[in-house]
Amino acid sequence: MNVISVQNLTKRFGSFTAVDQISFNVEQGEIFGFLGANGAGKTTAMRMLCGLSLPSSGEAKVAGFDLYKDAEKIKKNIGYMSQKFSLYEDLTIRENIRFYGGIYGLTNAEIKEKTASLSHTLKIDDKLNTLVRALPLGWRQKISFSVAMIHKPKIVFLDEPTGGVDPVTRREFWTMIFEAANEGTTVFVTTHYMDEAEYCGRVSIMVDGKIDALGAPQELKEKFSAKDMGEVFLKLARGAKRGDD
Amino acid sequence: MKQFLFFVKKEFLHVWRDKRTMFILFGMPIMQILIFGFALTNEVKNTRIAILDNSKDETTAAIINQLQASRYFDVQETIQVNSELVPAFQAGNIKLAIVFPENFQEQLLHTHSAAVQLIGDATDPNTANTLINYASAIIIDYQSNLRNQIKFPYTIKTETRMLYNPQLKGSYNFVPGVMAMVLMLVCAMMTSISIVREKEMGTMEIILVSPIVPIRVVIAKMVPYFILSAVNIGSILLLSVYVLDVPIRGSLLLLVSECLLFTITVLALGLLISSIANSQQVAMLISLMGLFLPTIMLSGFMFPIENMPLGLRIFSNIVPAKWFYMIVRNIMIKGVGFEHVWKETLILIGMTVFFMVVSIKKFKTRLE
Repeated sequence: MNVISVQNLTKRFGSFTAVDQISFNVEQGEIFGFLGANGAGKTTAMRMLCGLSLPSSGEAKVAGFDLYKDAEKIKKNIGYMSQKFSLYEDLTIRENIRFYGGIYGLTNAEIKEKTASLSHTLKIDDKLNTLVRALPLGWRQKISFSVAMIHKPKIVFLDEPTGGVDPVTRREFWTMIFEAANEGTTVFVTTHYMDEAEYCGRVSIMVDGKIDALGAPQELKEKFSAKDMGEVFLKLARGAKRGDD
Repeated sequence: MKQFLFFVKKEFLHVWRDKRTMFILFGMPIMQILIFGFALTNEVKNTRIAILDNSKDETTAAIINQLQASRYFDVQETIQVNSELVPAFQAGNIKLAIVFPENFQEQLLHTHSAAVQLIGDATDPNTANTLINYASAIIIDYQSNLRNQIKFPYTIKTETRMLYNPQLKGSYNFVPGVMAMVLMLVCAMMTSISIVREKEMGTMEIILVSPIVPIRVVIAKMVPYFILSAVNIGSILLLSVYVLDVPIRGSLLLLVSECLLFTITVLALGLLISSIANSQQVAMLISLMGLFLPTIMLSGFMFPIENMPLGLRIFSNIVPAKWFYMIVRNIMIKGVGFEHVWKETLILIGMTVFFMVVSIKKFKTRLE
């Protein structure tokens, strides 16, 4: 079953076409990697799917709802973790959980239960009343992810969730992603790290606003006769006209 | 509704955690009222003056006595020769010198006219002017007493009465002004900064992805600052009534409702700023340059609007603080009722609706 289906989705800013007629489907429970160089249009595409930005043209359904007509229903069914921090630094972990649980309509009892189970799985029982500001980056990212999953969304969008995080924490983070996918949540993730691309069920590689390659990592490696995803990516990115921005 | 309460609670936590800002927000109005009330005053009180009396007769002695007796002047030195005048001004000991020529009384009695010289230190022109006026008034007063004694047949006496503020206290004027200033700062600047901060930190994205309705986000942001402002209004009014003796002659309920209306106007302005600005610095600059300065300059509280060139007079009409200032002054000092301030109130309501509509429209388009 497809939880995301996209046809010819396009976003133009003036004369600049940031996302150029992309089409793809994502199945339920899949870990879908969304790769591309800086400025390739990943974040713009993801923002459109989250309802943060209105497409210029094209069709898309997210969690079974139309992007244009049912944006509000989509919002209830997705979680989102942005490149920047998703947590409030001047609030404690507990207060952050309570706030995000609250705006997703969880009851007080549910929030309490979530807080307890979260602090248990993340082993942060003694840190619940610490300001987020005082936590190391890796912790914050793991808590951000848990908060994005607080309302058990059908799909979770992760925009470069592991940027700047140390390798050990990255591995732990991916363990959390696998667990979420096993429980049936679809994970839509953008990343810079090519080793992470190998963890994905399927990946798409965006170059200059278009999707140039799409498939399981193994397929792509065979197709481009590359030894790893890094090489696939380099071969594709060489043709790019847009530079880093 | 529950979502909304969660949001309001979070906003309160932000304000509460930032102790330094909170201290400024509550402390500033108190400081301003006290500074304006006791230090920054353009009233003349015990100004040091020098007297050069070349005549030394009964008349001059009487005039000097009257000057000394008034609470405006304090005769600091008695100078003997002309050449001591300039050094006295240079040393900054005196602000005004009064010079009586030789044979003052004789001239007055025989030629019916005598001149007295008032020399003011005009490095500060406003003060010099006020001092000269006060001194002249005292001398004229003496003169009219003199006339009464000799039964001069034709005299025009001016009887002045200063309505509403007989003691000409400066505090009557600035309490409404400080109120406008503080509300401007607390509401407009703090609201815009707190919204822009969410944009800057990236948390705004998360909020916009969540099912919470954007308009509720905006209103939730306003609630803590609205309450903060209400507290500030209270502390300003209490201080002005009990410390500065400024009366509230009109209805307190009307006054407070007008203050709350202005608070909402300014909150809407802050919202508008936040929809234009993309960083906290920009938001702060716009609030200071675009709101704070016009509030001080063009609301009529520092400089009378009637004396401004036509262009500025017209421009002052779009400064919300001008209308608020007029309303508060009328209610507090003149003691008038709603029938005399409804026009200004209507203008403020109109502005509020306009700012609200524009900023909510802008806020929505930013999502798309």
